[in-house]
Amino acid sequence: MPDLLIELFSEEIPARMQSRAGEDLKSLVTNGLVEAGLTYASAAAFSTPRRLCLTVEGVLDASPRTVDERKGPKADAPEKAIEGFLRGAGLTRADLEERDTPKGKILFAKITREGRPAADIVAEVLDTTIRNFPWPKSMRWGNGSLRWVRPLHSILCILTREDGAQIVPLDVDGIVAGNTTRGHRFLAPDAFSVSGFDDYTAKLARAHVVLDPVARRDTIWHDATNTAFANGMEVVEDAGLLAEVAGLVEWPVVLMGRIGDDFLDLPPEVLQTSMKEHQKFFSVRNPKTGRIERFVTVANRTTADDGATILAGNEKVLSARLADAKFFWDNDLRVAKSDEGMAAWVENLKNVTFHNKLGTQAELIERMAVLAREIAPMVGADPDAAEEAARIAKADLSSEMVYEFPELQGLMGRYYAQAAGHSDEVAAAAQEHYAPLGPSDAVPTAPVSVAVALAEKIDKLTGFWAIDEKPTGSKDPFALRRAALGVIRTLEENRVSLSLNSLLRLSAENLHKSASIEAIQSIWVKWDEPDGNVRLIETTEESVGWESEIDNRNDVVTYHHKKVETFPIGADIFDKFENVFDAQLQIGLCRTVSYIVPRLLAFLHDRLKVYLKDQGIRHDIIDACIAMPGNDDLTLLVKRARALSDTLKTDDGENLLQAFKRANNILSQAEEADGVEYSYGADVKFAESAEEKALFAALDAAEAVITPAMAAQDFSTAMSAMAALRGPLDAFFEAVQINTDNATVRRNRLNLLSRIRQLCTGVADLTSVEG
Amino acid sequence: MVDTPRSFQEIILRLQSYWARQGCAILQPYDMEVGAGTFHPATTLRSLGTQPWAAAYVQPSRRPTDGRYGENPNRLQHYYQYQVLIKPSPPELQELYLGSLEAIGVDMDLHDIRFVEDDWESPTLGAWGLGWEVWCDGMEVSQFTYFQQVGGHDCHPVSGELTYGLERLAMYILGVDHVMDMPFNDPDAPIPLSYGDVFKQTEEEYARWNFDVANTDVLLRHFEEAETECGAILAQEHLDPKTGKRIVMVHPAYDQAIKASHIFNLLDARGVISVTERQAYIGRVRALTKMCADAFVQTRAGGWTQDAA
Repeated sequence: MPDLLIELFSEEIPARMQSRAGEDLKSLVTNGLVEAGLTYASAAAFSTPRRLCLTVEGVLDASPRTVDERKGPKADAPEKAIEGFLRGAGLTRADLEERDTPKGKILFAKITREGRPAADIVAEVLDTTIRNFPWPKSMRWGNGSLRWVRPLHSILCILTREDGAQIVPLDVDGIVAGNTTRGHRFLAPDAFSVSGFDDYTAKLARAHVVLDPVARRDTIWHDATNTAFANGMEVVEDAGLLAEVAGLVEWPVVLMGRIGDDFLDLPPEVLQTSMKEHQKFFSVRNPKTGRIERFVTVANRTTADDGATILAGNEKVLSARLADAKFFWDNDLRVAKSDEGMAAWVENLKNVTFHNKLGTQAELIERMAVLAREIAPMVGADPDAAEEAARIAKADLSSEMVYEFPELQGLMGRYYAQAAGHSDEVAAAAQEHYAPLGPSDAVPTAPVSVAVALAEKIDKLTGFWAIDEKPTGSKDPFALRRAALGVIRTLEENRVSLSLNSLLRLSAENLHKSASIEAIQSIWVKWDEPDGNVRLIETTEESVGWESEIDNRNDVVTYHHKKVETFPIGADIFDKFENVFDAQLQIGLCRTVSYIVPRLLAFLHDRLKVYLKDQGIRHDIIDACIAMPGNDDLTLLVKRARALSDTLKTDDGENLLQAFKRANNILSQAEEADGVEYSYGADVKFAESAEEKALFAALDAAEAVITPAMAAQDFSTAMSAMAALRGPLDAFFEAVQINTDNATVRRNRLNLLSRIRQLCTGVADLTSVEG
Repeated sequence: MVDTPRSFQEIILRLQSYWARQGCAILQPYDMEVGAGTFHPATTLRSLGTQPWAAAYVQPSRRPTDGRYGENPNRLQHYYQYQVLIKPSPPELQELYLGSLEAIGVDMDLHDIRFVEDDWESPTLGAWGLGWEVWCDGMEVSQFTYFQQVGGHDCHPVSGELTYGLERLAMYILGVDHVMDMPFNDPDAPIPLSYGDVFKQTEEEYARWNFDVANTDVLLRHFEEAETECGAILAQEHLDPKTGKRIVMVHPAYDQAIKASHIFNLLDARGVISVTERQAYIGRVRALTKMCADAFVQTRAGGWTQDAA
């Protein structure tokens, strides 16, 4: 059985695409072969910057001859039916055979497919693979229309048998497959022919090409750590960089260089970022000083001077880069340490747009400051410190370093805030308020950072809800789901209990006050008149006087409609308002507070469901808790959901749920049939059986535990007490007929069930729980 | 043994003669302020349509925001690019390019040359392509791009574009650490001139003007005027009433697009364009270059023929 070797030789393939492309080549070709009946023993793919390679061992010489039998219509079927069958099978009448079956004479067709030689199948499959290759980005070149990641130069495609190698006949847009390839671009550029995979790898190695990316990676890491170790240093690990660098070379040669003394005092993150992003250098740390003092670069070749020229060049480039970074750092520090401190940077943010419908960065900062101050006492932070931190948290966006290296935002803010004389906790917030950056990134825990992080995310969410830029499907360009998860995790992991409704409301009102948000052309204030009417007053920001005149009777809306209308008291004013004036809304105008808040809370609840589902808590359990009062306190909500989930996993809990549902069904049916609500206190004196009396006693006992436990938000205790009702409740249903003829007793029993429902639904809305 | 050049101008002259030997038409710089050699109509417009093309030229380029008063060793608001455009891109373009490095004194046996992914996109030109930045010992010495789209038009055939940042490349070859110290002419010439002798003062002057003095009201007005003029030129009938010839005035219109683009860069340097406005301005310049590209393919140089019309 022959082995197949394929090499697609091109101009340099982007490093990040290579390994995926190798896997794609493997699956596309092997799947294609198998589909065509050509099975194989094993396959492996490799990649270098200039080639994708696939080796397939033990391929069948030819696809097997197959015979398919297909049952057709009855022999006496109408001519049309038989013709149709023949067309479908691609046969003529002569190919059909008539057979007697229990159902009568039936026509059978025998479809024989002759086996095809492997070379034909390989050629076909490879042609399709090349033309449909799933590159993330592909291109055309010259006059052609073939697409590849970069110009494709040659195709090596051979089937190797014991008696030699056979070139697979293939021509893809003028590129004719052969048995030759080339070595390293500079060290061995000439073409050579190969007879099989072993020959190929051996000749490549002689031609200064290490085919296997894993081998290149290992060599680089081994040589880098060894070189560093020999100098008493250690390489800073970076798996992503290692994989990338292995994709930039065919013949890795590790060289270690020095960082100029002038630059050693730059923050290590700046050194690392600058070296990694621009130069693909590994950072090398001196364990004695803890500083980054050297670098490792990986060249693609050996030279007569052992890399001296290459290293000198790299050191020079790095110096120029770091001179830039140092220039930024020194300039930025000068600004931060000036009398004004970071104020000039914040001032500059007045000219920087946050989002074109949500004002400038400076306005965002203003809103964050208000929110952070409000949140501070709820998270144990000093309000002054929280506001101070919010006001400088984004200042570094104006710094030269962050302009050059956007990925250092926050981190530089922290350095500069310290330099400007802010306290460590305030400075830390500049970095930590961006956290968490992803589902596995740590949430901030320092109180000031928590306050600013929450302020930033709540403002962001409110803002994008206000302008109807919500995430849809897979689209979430402003990372709002991430922000929502950040809010949830920051609250929950820090065990912070607070009312989100009031914060969202404050946040939305803040938005409406931001001067450059387009909505603010004129403002409507809902006003409760002393005569009992509610009026909408058109006014301007100044004349409302935000501090003194807004109270909780009033809601602020931001449509710019000119007519003052009156509404009777009790009218659902905002519903009406939105219906009447929606058509006049311009795109981008802010929604009302009462529009934003409940919808945003619902979104947070949705994200909470996803978050808890990942932790094994079912969505119906969360729904049961969301139905309870205080659901805008997410920490409380999570606590309740956890407790309920745990309780329902116990035997008692599960059975209580069944008993509760039974009680609830009986009660609901009775209430519907009788047209009354059984909520008047049941009395033990009408209890007839021992089980009934026991249930009364059990309820008393449970209530005595549940009420104080609920008041203390100790859901576990409350729910265990609730679950403990299972025994008495089961016994009650076992022994007692609710719907007796005695009306008094029946009413009393229904009222007893009502008491159970009240007690249980006071803990969680068990009616929403499935099971 | 590699013959090392001695001055900035020698490197330029060697590139000129190398690409001349490869059959390129050696053009002169375009006589307008541009941000990069790509803006030269010999690249932007000639990469469109089906006509073959091969040109190379030096293009003085201006990036007002990069001005550092001549003090930064590597940054300049005015610098030179060397630009090569060949359509269709020849199969051996990489080898041709490496030959040019050898021609200017890069010893291929001692240096580490790499092609590192760099997808090129010009939002103002409505253009993109795939290619690399070319590294020599870790330093980016050129951009290498296969144009896929220009002015919103698919490139058929595809042009190969090479762009050399001349100062940086020359500094590396000549072993100079500060651009202003680089010999401009031969150091043994009767009157040796350094890059600083030629450009230090102008860098200071332009940096001050770009950052602090340029009259933004005037610039804003010029931008609008250029934008209007560009549209007005292209709105003319193709048939010239005076000569009776079909004359589509693409190049005069494209000059206005170039002008608008440079004015936008100046406004950007003056810090009067916010992030949001930035996108809008870029979109306006793109609309102009796209109009020009649409018009160019309606000309003979752009592949238009009487028969096809």
